[in-house]
Amino acid sequence: MKFQSQSVAMPYFIAALGLFVGQIIFGLIMGLQYVVGDFLFPEIPFNVARMVHTNLLIVWLLFGFMGAAYYLVPEEAETELYSPKLAWILFWVFFIAGVLTVAGYLLVPYARLAELTGNDLLPTMGREFLEQPTITKAGIVIVALGFLFNLGMTVLRGRKTVVNTVLMIGLVGLAVMFLFSFYNPDNLVRDKFYWWYVVHLWVEGVWELILGAILAFVLIKTTGVDREVIEKWLYMIIAMALITGILGTGHHFYWIGTPEYWQWLGSIFSALEPIPFFMMTLFAFNMVNKRRRDHPNKAAVLWAMGTGVMAFLGAGVWGFLHTLAPVNYYTHGTQITASHGHMAFYGAYAMIVMSIISYAVPQMRGRIANCNRAQVMEMWGFWLMTVSMVFITLFLTGAGILQVWMQRYTDTPLPFMTVQDKIEIFYWLREAAGVVFLIGLVVYIKSFFTGSEQEAVEDYTKSITQRDYAAAE
Amino acid sequence: MNETFTKSMARNIFYGGSLFFILVFIGLTLHTERVLPERDHRENITPEVILGKKIWEENNCIGCHSLLGEGAYFAPELGNVYKRFGNSTAAIVGFIKSRPVEGIPGRRSMPQFNLTDEELQALAEFLKWTSEVNTSNWPPNIQG
Ligand code: HEM
Ligand code: HEM
Ligand SMILES: [Fe+2]
Repeated sequence: MKFQSQSVAMPYFIAALGLFVGQIIFGLIMGLQYVVGDFLFPEIPFNVARMVHTNLLIVWLLFGFMGAAYYLVPEEAETELYSPKLAWILFWVFFIAGVLTVAGYLLVPYARLAELTGNDLLPTMGREFLEQPTITKAGIVIVALGFLFNLGMTVLRGRKTVVNTVLMIGLVGLAVMFLFSFYNPDNLVRDKFYWWYVVHLWVEGVWELILGAILAFVLIKTTGVDREVIEKWLYMIIAMALITGILGTGHHFYWIGTPEYWQWLGSIFSALEPIPFFMMTLFAFNMVNKRRRDHPNKAAVLWAMGTGVMAFLGAGVWGFLHTLAPVNYYTHGTQITASHGHMAFYGAYAMIVMSIISYAVPQMRGRIANCNRAQVMEMWGFWLMTVSMVFITLFLTGAGILQVWMQRYTDTPLPFMTVQDKIEIFYWLREAAGVVFLIGLVVYIKSFFTGSEQEAVEDYTKSITQRDYAAAE
Repeated sequence: MNETFTKSMARNIFYGGSLFFILVFIGLTLHTERVLPERDHRENITPEVILGKKIWEENNCIGCHSLLGEGAYFAPELGNVYKRFGNSTAAIVGFIKSRPVEGIPGRRSMPQFNLTDEELQALAEFLKWTSEVNTSNWPPNIQG
């Protein structure tokens, strides 16, 4: 860590991982409700658990992005953060707003929450991923503005780098697209149309810029490859992301009442969307191959390469699987969608946040890398989570194929619930894989409490005496 | 990547390409808005349908069901439920009204929302309107 103020990233990362644990617990609750329908009914109905699961996901990823930005923007700009105090205040505002919102979901019926928070004045609630009360949404905007101001001032007075520019464009884009969540037309078709401006243009648009920038930063730090090379890659990746991803939004405009030319536009452009994700994989592997140093933080390098691979698999391959209109006609809104949603969110965004955490947290604790014991444990967490996510995806894909076969692609379609009963086994398997995921997460978190300062130093000294370690960071 | 392809070329592709496709997307959005009335039958969006959408949202129905294929996958698709229930709003009202408070042992069941008759009717009208949107023939069959 080069600047004292970078350490404000720490509470953001801690909160991110804490909420991640909560997300997974509610995932497991829902996974069980899939097979034991009355589990926790009526105390925690499925829809409540789902809101908690998906909203915690979004909030912890946002915490992760903010922590990443507070850590890397000052380092790139070579100056202290404009206002660490503002960063701390916004942390508590965001954290308390998040906790109160989730408590609201769990403690009062949703309709009552809508009433209490004045949803009548500006109805924005009750839409997937955007379930937050309108006042929470307003809070998110205020936090985002303060955050962007703080970073903007830092960037302006410091060194200008491509990583910072791309990250800032991504973060501004994130905030701007979120404004569409306040627009909720009475006409359901238009509501859905603009809903995707938030959801699709986030994950297949501006978030890819954030992902690319963080990945580039971690690779610069751990491989020591020339900035010029890395920045050129970064520009090409994000160029392909937006060139394909913006019109790729059309893959959500096939069956919601929108005109039929979207079937062509959406299919063609979204079929190209895997390209930037594939480039990320190549990027990560190429940079590691061309590395000019062997960074002692092996775990961070593993996370960075893992992000490349899993983002390509989850978003690229599993996205392509159902993105062409004639295929999507049958798979739209089935377990196939859920399988893709899981691997893509995990592989791209959960993993990039864990990459930067893996690199930055040891630095903030004053060590170049954790001791070997802690790193091995962290890598166990990596593999347990990643492999179980692959299995979750495969089981949901299995469930989805059978669902499509029995309910959609047939002359004698069976009712939804009949089909759900028939594919129960896949949901049990998914739940088992989910338990392994939770174990992986616990192991991962335990790695932060493993090994001492001194052990880290000893392992590090051993490693530099063993090989010629050039530029010490 | 080779040396003749420079960073500034990559940067220009990013800015130029993005700007171009943002403009195309805005143009297509405007066009979509222009032709939508023929497909969404907005002339049938009565105050009752609007109320129905609000009830739909304020009870987070999307947290279990999908609507035109979007939402959750825990409970049946409702974009065509009006048709599945024999083109009857009364059947929809009756179903929602009769959900047991304590659920069904061992099985997935829908919560009892205690909606008023006016709210139930509005919700059913909203689902009826939704089933009449031109969705290019989706879902493939009545089971949704
Ligand atoms: C990291 C990037 C991505 C993430 C996080 C992501 C996540 C998701 C999620 C959560 C959904 C479900 C949305 C809902 O609830 O309705 C979804 C739907 C979809 N995604 Fe992605 N996605 C990503 C990239 C891609 C890519 C690159 C493609 C295409 C190649 C793609 C194709 C699709 C399609 C076609 C659907 C609609 C599925 C349906 O009709 O039910 N996604 N995505
Ligand atoms: C590990 C155990 C997990 C279990 C058992 C689990 C279970 C579930 C279930 C049952 C749903 C609702 C599906 C439906 O609507 O019917 C869901 C939705 C979702 N989960 Fe998970 N989940 C887990 C982990 C994760 C992780 C690690 C992520 C991402 C990093 C994630 C992201 C999502 C997303 C994005 C959705 C919405 C999907 C969509 O709309 O298509 N989940 N999860
Ligand atoms: Fe998309």
